[in-house]
Amino acid sequence: MQSTRKIRVLIAKPGLDSHDRGAKVVARALRDAGMEVIYTGLRQTPEQIVETALQEDVDVIGLSILSGAHKALFPRIMELLKQKGLTDVMVFAGGIIPEEDIPELKKLDIKEIFGPGTPTETIIQFVLENIPKRT
Amino acid sequence: MFDDEKINEIKRERERWEKTTVPKWIRQCPECKSEFRNHSGMLIKRVYTPEDIKALDYLRDLGFPGEYPFLRGVHATMYRGRLWTMRMFAGYGTAEQTNKRFKYLLKEGETGLSTAFDYPTIMGYDSDHSMAKGEVGICGVAISSLKDMEILFDGIPLDQVTTSMTINGPAPMLLAMYVAVGDRQCVPREKIGGTTQNDNLKEFFAQKLCIFPPKSSVKLTTDIIEYCARHLPRWNPVSISGYHIREAGATALQELAFTIYDGIAYVESTIERGLKVDDFAHRLSFFFASHNDFFEEIAKFRAARRLWAKIMKERFHTKNPRSMWMRMHVQTSGCTLTAPQPLNNITRTTIQALAAVLGGTQSLHTNSFDEALCLPTEEAVRVALRTQQVIAHESGVTNTVDPLAGSYYVEALTNEMEEKAMEYIQKIDDMGGAIAAIEKGFFQKEIADSAYRYQREIDEKKRIIVGLNEYTIEKEECPIKLLRIDPKAEKEQIIRLQKVKRERDNRKVKEALEKLHYATEKDENLMPTVIEAVKVYVTLGEITEVLREVYGEYKELIVI
Repeated sequence: MQSTRKIRVLIAKPGLDSHDRGAKVVARALRDAGMEVIYTGLRQTPEQIVETALQEDVDVIGLSILSGAHKALFPRIMELLKQKGLTDVMVFAGGIIPEEDIPELKKLDIKEIFGPGTPTETIIQFVLENIPKRT
Repeated sequence: MFDDEKINEIKRERERWEKTTVPKWIRQCPECKSEFRNHSGMLIKRVYTPEDIKALDYLRDLGFPGEYPFLRGVHATMYRGRLWTMRMFAGYGTAEQTNKRFKYLLKEGETGLSTAFDYPTIMGYDSDHSMAKGEVGICGVAISSLKDMEILFDGIPLDQVTTSMTINGPAPMLLAMYVAVGDRQCVPREKIGGTTQNDNLKEFFAQKLCIFPPKSSVKLTTDIIEYCARHLPRWNPVSISGYHIREAGATALQELAFTIYDGIAYVESTIERGLKVDDFAHRLSFFFASHNDFFEEIAKFRAARRLWAKIMKERFHTKNPRSMWMRMHVQTSGCTLTAPQPLNNITRTTIQALAAVLGGTQSLHTNSFDEALCLPTEEAVRVALRTQQVIAHESGVTNTVDPLAGSYYVEALTNEMEEKAMEYIQKIDDMGGAIAAIEKGFFQKEIADSAYRYQREIDEKKRIIVGLNEYTIEKEECPIKLLRIDPKAEKEQIIRLQKVKRERDNRKVKEALEKLHYATEKDENLMPTVIEAVKVYVTLGEITEVLREVYGEYKELIVI
């Protein structure tokens, strides 16, 4: 059965850093592209992010981090998503994430990592093309 | 500056030129855009003439350097006498690593220190707190106790260097630790010089590293202003910061207006505390960004000085000219740096640094070319410092004071910046002041809208960023070496913290914390109590915890 509901996206800020300019711009661009966007606000723990994803029944999670703590926090988020059975949620990330960390993060099932300067159109297209099919 | 007759003649001639020479040329070579605007959205004319500054009165509006309204600079001889302070923002890993970086930068010719703390420190968490996991020493140096601070300044005599500390919520604790290190070095308190950022208001809408609610945060800012006025005469208690406002997405105009407004709020809160304006205003300092639009930035710095001088004189009736000085630190704009083709960032930084110097800054940080990718390597930071040294010693721009004064364009833009900033200030006054505007989400919305507009312009190529949306390289290999923080730093830091907690006199710690709790509840100035506490190795996290208990925690107002 094809669902007609809007794509629901959670834009989340794990870690202690407060650089939310990118997260907010992406949130707004996805919203302008017709998606339903929930933004968590700053400094969310992995537990809080996964809880919100569950409560809000999202299709997609975008993680934004610029503090360098992605290697400590992303694995925990992905593990919690599995534990909660949210394996059909598509996860992408953005921020300052060194090239050499990307293969490791993709192994965790993070679908894509966007660096600084990525056009919002690229992110919108990516979400549209990779949106998980819901039944 | 011109008589009416002359202005009329220029006007007639300009109109003639617009009807004859311009269209003729435009037929051959059309202009690239239908209209030209700067980042603040101001319409930029094809050419500026004396008509645009016809109302300017030289003695009233410009005056001489070192005299009211300080448009041309706060000092009479500016860089002919003393160059700006070359102050590179630095900090990563453990206190030992950052101490080494500090010494390296001093050896290479920087003239002031500037400390970057890691996120746990900035948020008032000790390195062993659960929220600190994975963040210790990553974006700055980890400081949990006086022990770390002693190591950070080991071998650096505090009477011979000034230090800026980018710290806001926990500013009382870090200043207390700095004072304690000074006491250990037997440096008299009147010789301790430096700056605590301590601008808590902008945290709520720009940098967003807030711990406590707005009123308590301003109370802490004011504690430091009051304490320094009485006990640390060479300390700048607050660095009223536009930099973060700009980096969050504001335009130059919004940066200027909101920063000045925060300054007004601190002057008011300190006067309410019972101080006279001339007891403290001369130590207030400012911090701005220098972005890409060269003349817009220069106009902003110049307008800021004149506007602040007028506000201090007319709104706060200060008598001391030094209270009217806007002394500023400038940092080139981090958000303009691109990850692709990182070496291009050297050029950007040079232009931005030059704008800051032509704008008359007292202190400057230049970003390193690798900072869209990582914290700077030693090589990258050296190039950034050398950029300032080249401007200072080779370009000749330091030979005269305020060399762009009198430029029709620069003066017209300076006036426009000031007028439009005043309109914002009036609007915020009408809203009931800075805290009311924060609670309404006014600043947040203004900034978010500008940030989104800027990104759209880049996405739609209305704004060209070299190497990012034009002149790109396909499949670029990263051409530079990146700095990685050794994950061992977190472990080493936690081990040291635990050792401090074991070896300190825990009876004294308990007493100090009880005293702090009492002083916080009684709404006393916390600086003396915090200094006592850090001296017996009460940690940053323990002190913040007491304040969190009494003040509560700030809950973010989300504005997209």
